[in-house]
Amino acid sequence: MLLPLAFVAVLGTTACGDDLGEPGDKKLTVYSGRSEGLVKPILDRFQQETGIEVEVRYATTAAMATQLLEERDKTPADIFFSQDAGALGAVAKAGLVAELPAEVLAKVPDTYRSAQNLWVGVSGRSRVLAYNKDKVTVDQLPASVLEVTDPEWKGRLGVAPTNGSFQAFVTALRVQHGDAKTKEFLDGLKSNAAKIYENNVQIVADINDGKLDVGLVNHYYVYELAKEKGSTPEDLAAKLHFFPNGDTGALVNVAGVAVLEKAATDPDARALVDFLLGAEAQRHWAEETFEYPLVDGVSPPPGVPTLGEIVAPKIDLNDLDTLDVTTTMIKEAGLAG
Amino acid sequence: MPRPALFVAATGALAVALLPLVYLLIRTGEAGLGRIADEVLTRRVAELAGRSIALMVVVTVACTVVGVAAAFLVTRTDLPMRGAFGVLAALPLAVPTYVAGFAWIATVDGFEGFWAAALVLTLCSYPYVYLPVAAALAAADPAQEEVARSLGRGPWRTLTTVTLQQARPAIAGGALLVALYTLSDFGAVSILRTDTFTRAIFTAFNLGFDRTGALVLSTVLVLLTMVLLGLELVSRTRGARYAGGGPRRPATRFHLGRLRIPAVSALVAVGLFALGVPAASLVRWSIAGASRPGTLAEIGAAAGNTLSVSLGGALLTLLLALPVGLLTARAPGPIATLVDRLSYLAHALPGIVIGLSLVFFGIAVAYPLYQTVWLLALGYATLFLPLAVAAVTGAAVQAPPVLDEVARSLGRSPFVVLTSVTLPLMVRGIGAGAALVFLTCVKELPATLLLRPTGMDTLATELWTHTSTASYAAAAPYAALLVGVAAIPTWLLGRRTGLT
Repeated sequence: MLLPLAFVAVLGTTACGDDLGEPGDKKLTVYSGRSEGLVKPILDRFQQETGIEVEVRYATTAAMATQLLEERDKTPADIFFSQDAGALGAVAKAGLVAELPAEVLAKVPDTYRSAQNLWVGVSGRSRVLAYNKDKVTVDQLPASVLEVTDPEWKGRLGVAPTNGSFQAFVTALRVQHGDAKTKEFLDGLKSNAAKIYENNVQIVADINDGKLDVGLVNHYYVYELAKEKGSTPEDLAAKLHFFPNGDTGALVNVAGVAVLEKAATDPDARALVDFLLGAEAQRHWAEETFEYPLVDGVSPPPGVPTLGEIVAPKIDLNDLDTLDVTTTMIKEAGLAG
Repeated sequence: MPRPALFVAATGALAVALLPLVYLLIRTGEAGLGRIADEVLTRRVAELAGRSIALMVVVTVACTVVGVAAAFLVTRTDLPMRGAFGVLAALPLAVPTYVAGFAWIATVDGFEGFWAAALVLTLCSYPYVYLPVAAALAAADPAQEEVARSLGRGPWRTLTTVTLQQARPAIAGGALLVALYTLSDFGAVSILRTDTFTRAIFTAFNLGFDRTGALVLSTVLVLLTMVLLGLELVSRTRGARYAGGGPRRPATRFHLGRLRIPAVSALVAVGLFALGVPAASLVRWSIAGASRPGTLAEIGAAAGNTLSVSLGGALLTLLLALPVGLLTARAPGPIATLVDRLSYLAHALPGIVIGLSLVFFGIAVAYPLYQTVWLLALGYATLFLPLAVAAVTGAAVQAPPVLDEVARSLGRSPFVVLTSVTLPLMVRGIGAGAALVFLTCVKELPATLLLRPTGMDTLATELWTHTSTASYAAAAPYAALLVGVAAIPTWLLGRRTGLT
């Protein structure tokens, strides 16, 4: 039989064995829920500067968290780089990650790191209302996110309920306003015929094309769109509205990292965490991915209010660990399966 | 091949196909009955099931109509440029639904919802019906039609009562693949915002990283598949098998007459909708966007990886499909039927569930294979075994068993008979199965993301990477290459419709 031989020949050329890795062997495996385009340049820099070889696995944050939960202690991953705090919390809750040293955690404000020292934020993103400037004037913009369920926004709003950032925002609503008020808000979205999107990229694209008037998204998607169009955010029809006065709609969430249990004592893993919180990487988040640096002394992205200015709601991301209740409420409101 | 060896090999293949069900059973078992009831017995699930079934019915009926009509036009009429149309009608199979969905939503304002998804799914999957039906019509014995005509039946009654009856097993088999594919599709329904069961399963994974909820929902898809398999089985046993053997003669061709122009226009329109709209979108992406796809070396590496893992996936799938197909053809009976049906059981499950079940299998049983191309190839085999089983069974049924028996009576060993007589007779069918599985592997995304070796990019994963950051101009060349690579086996399949 020739078939098995051919199969061996074909796969033999690309097969590569699994390398579990030893601490300090100058090799790291990173599971990234963040897009390759956003994080590869900075991981390449790390590799150049330290000589530590980084293997990166890219998928959605949810898929990555699910894979980690399935792999448990057999995971090849040393580091989990997550799009949002919720997934870090889920993996931490399952007991899969190691405690981070105090001096690492101290670089970042309390709000943006795990209270149990299990993960640390590396960059921040603000929730905003994106709007089309030809469809909505500045004086029509709502002062609070709760107003988007008013009749005047009927059929004009887009949301992405399966997105981790939206869920974190809903959890924040529950923390600030209670479950009853949150249920009212979610039911309001449904009865106000909010359009359900798979992700924020599509919401912002539709707003810019005039197919949708407003949408609840993270702030940096407008910058990504401008970059793709070869222009600046000023030239886009899609604009950002930062909810004022500590409104829940301006929640600041983080992308962050956790170190898997097996790499607890690995100096390479520690080196990467330090690097991501270092000045060079922090500048990268501000300048290339348009996110907020979380470490003092690095300027925020040009053209967006600073973390100090936007008056983020007083919410500790550690209080957002009741994701299961949030997701049940989102499902019950009929916003997602 | 001796019977016991055949049974053992077929059972082994079946075990691979049923890996996802073992995983589902273990994980939903952990959830407990209470949780299962809570998740499944809700109005929301009933609505989702209703919509999924409705979508499946609409798409399957539409694909059957388009697929059978196209197959009839290119094999049984005096349509001009039949050879070219024969290939053109197959090509939409090379377009992944996520590419077609993106293209349509960017082209037509407000293109979303149930009917939008139904249109895109029909355009991308009608070749599942067209290809086997065209092959069946081209191979069918014209004597039966001639007898019907000579006994006084008109041309249209002959078509419906004789010709289409001859192609019935092929139609039912193709329709089954379309129905199962529609249930499992995520690309079109997510982009065009239609809430189906599969979309809900993906959503459950995203919502709070709730594996258990997602897997409990998946079991409902398995139940739906069982019902479909039963229905197809009923239609198959009542269907006629066309007579084989004897010299092949071309069938008489219908003269289209005044219908020539409408027929040509219809085929051109399907081609434009299924291929033209995505092509125009990709060109627009490339021109409008500022992002760039990376170096030629990176693109080349992704294309090379796509080729090798898809080829590996196709070969492994074929290897597993052979004993199942041979069993059905050479040892028909309740066991063969059961094995054949069971090999379809996981086929409606979304790629992410199959992927996770292989992650589970890799972690718990085959750790040395974990995150190697071997486990990815096994994942493809689990996903696409039915496509290969259908092709192999068709070929094995048509290879006359009498030749095997003659070789055996002349003293050849069963294994020698298999390799020197049976397999060479089946080579065209095996080739068709391999081509079909290969092109489906090229398009696959969710399981590839979960199972690929860390750091290995394919065309599909690169396409996903770039679209997820709105870098459409960077994504376009990957999409075009992906469709191009998938088009090669599709073209071969189209050529094979028996026209030449």
